[in-house]
Amino acid sequence: MSSASITGTPSLAPSPWRRIVDTLSALWRLRPVVRFGMIVLLGMALMSIFASLIAPYGVDQQNLANVMKAPSARHWLGTDNLGRDILTRVIYGGRVPLMVGAVATIIAASIGILIGLVSGLLGGWVDALLMRTADAFICFPALVFTLVMSAMIGPGIHNVILSFAVFGWTGFARITRGQVLVVRELQYVEAARAIGMSRLRLLLRHVLPNVLTPLIVAASLTAGNAILVEAGASFLGVGAQPPTASWGRELQTGFRLLEAAPMIAFSSGLMITLAVLSFNFIGDGLRDLLDPRIGR
Amino acid sequence: MASMPVAPNAAGTPLPVLQVKGLKVEYPTRAGVIRAVDGIDFDVMPGEVVALVGESGCGKSATAHSILRLISEPGRIPAGEILFDGEDLLKVSLQRIRQIRGNRISMVFQEPMSSLNPVQRIGDQVAEPLIQHKLASKAQAWQRAGELLRRMNIPDPEARLHDYPHQFSGGMRQRVMIAAALACSPRLIIADEPTTALDVTVQAQIIELLRTAVKADATGMLLITHNLGVVARYADRVNVMYGGEIVESASADELYANPRHPYTRGLLNSVPTLSQPLGQRLIPIAGQPFDAHQRPGGCSFHPRCPQAIDRCKTQAPPVVRSGISHRVSCWLTVEATQSDLKSDLSSC
Repeated sequence: MSSASITGTPSLAPSPWRRIVDTLSALWRLRPVVRFGMIVLLGMALMSIFASLIAPYGVDQQNLANVMKAPSARHWLGTDNLGRDILTRVIYGGRVPLMVGAVATIIAASIGILIGLVSGLLGGWVDALLMRTADAFICFPALVFTLVMSAMIGPGIHNVILSFAVFGWTGFARITRGQVLVVRELQYVEAARAIGMSRLRLLLRHVLPNVLTPLIVAASLTAGNAILVEAGASFLGVGAQPPTASWGRELQTGFRLLEAAPMIAFSSGLMITLAVLSFNFIGDGLRDLLDPRIGR
Repeated sequence: MASMPVAPNAAGTPLPVLQVKGLKVEYPTRAGVIRAVDGIDFDVMPGEVVALVGESGCGKSATAHSILRLISEPGRIPAGEILFDGEDLLKVSLQRIRQIRGNRISMVFQEPMSSLNPVQRIGDQVAEPLIQHKLASKAQAWQRAGELLRRMNIPDPEARLHDYPHQFSGGMRQRVMIAAALACSPRLIIADEPTTALDVTVQAQIIELLRTAVKADATGMLLITHNLGVVARYADRVNVMYGGEIVESASADELYANPRHPYTRGLLNSVPTLSQPLGQRLIPIAGQPFDAHQRPGGCSFHPRCPQAIDRCKTQAPPVVRSGISHRVSCWLTVEATQSDLKSDLSSC
């Protein structure tokens, strides 16, 4: 963005796409750990999408004559208690947690941001009511809700997504509200009113982008957390159901067979750790990057 | 105070861009209604810089904000007219006032540090009024933003459009704000203490830029300030405000040469000048501005006025003319004029 020509090319104004590309490339250049997180998550996403092409065996392909074998040339990570290839299970096992992470975060963030904006802008009794509700929801452990729901409507990953929709919004709502309260008093918001902006446009153009930074960071942390909760739920048997491959489920299988076949628990546990860690690294990187006030 | 007749220029008598008549602004509080602006009148002509001078809390900012109807809750405007090109801004629809804001009347704020959105590029913010009012496409608006920054003497303007506000100094940000204010070629610019937050060294530059722009485009400018030095050099006409009222109004030269109101004199005495003998102390105005809830009776300045007479405590002074286009609201002037009249009559 250094030398625009003096004659003034019509492309003085940068396009939105250009900004996204700029942001990603700046994120890439930021720090080695951020780069690590980006590579890991991109790898996991590709791995999940193309699982059927990459995996050496079928996900449910059993070989009961060859159970709980140590890693070998044919089975790089060995086999589990039903003779299934662990590597294949790990490759497929990312689909559920990554999907749950994305969907749960999008739902929780959408609800939370909307409630936070309403709360912060309207203030008064609306604000008080919404925020006390948020307080009440924060007190309630989401995992217990997941267990209750699975008892009521049966186990499955929908419980995890539902619990994030019901409980996950509180953090987003509080962050948004707090930021709106700060931003709406700032002079550039008044300056924007003074050039004739409507309230909605003001909200979308000047308030939302300025409350976005902590929200994006919160979203990346929530995504990591959602993966963790999905793993926990699957581990407890109320999330992904057998024979679906999911890291949390594999971890549970591996946990029971820890001494006989440690690779099962180790490989899926490592994947969960890597996924959560990567989201956190990227969240930190985004925070540093998206706030132009923090010097680089 | 009645609206001011302004000296006609060579092209005949132009119509004022802005006429404020009997404007009042109130803030209801638990302890009662505060009258921030209490019935003021003034005009702004095309190409004229009109200053509104006074201490903090005298109602100058409330006046500025009321013109664009930006008075924040629970403030209200119970009376008055704000005629902009003959249209009463206090009566027009919200949609209409939005069309005027930033387009035909623009505003420069006090704090350049917080008046720019920190997460938007400078180019977006200078171009924003043009895009908001659909006067240009995005590419054209950026083009124009570059020209405006050049006009504001910002080096390498096209490249700087892509920078963020934190990459600019305070003085440069204020120049960006002025560029944004000029973007739509407005008829009136309201500058609300545009130099208060800046270093003394850049204050003059900023005002000079504003004044040059105003004179070049025959734009009217309402300059809100408490800095009498700024006023002396750059304003054509000065309105001195105290306690929500205009107590004295005159051309800048006349006001400095011949201040009539004791408050104006007090302000001028509390500013150091180069011609002042070494070692001479400045004379501050005694006392504090009155508590907004307890407005003094009569002339609101009388508790602090060194020359107050009995009448000042009970009766509010009328506005009287003191020379051409010089108006004062003070009993002393009233009495002086009357004694002049008497001596004139007796000499007949």
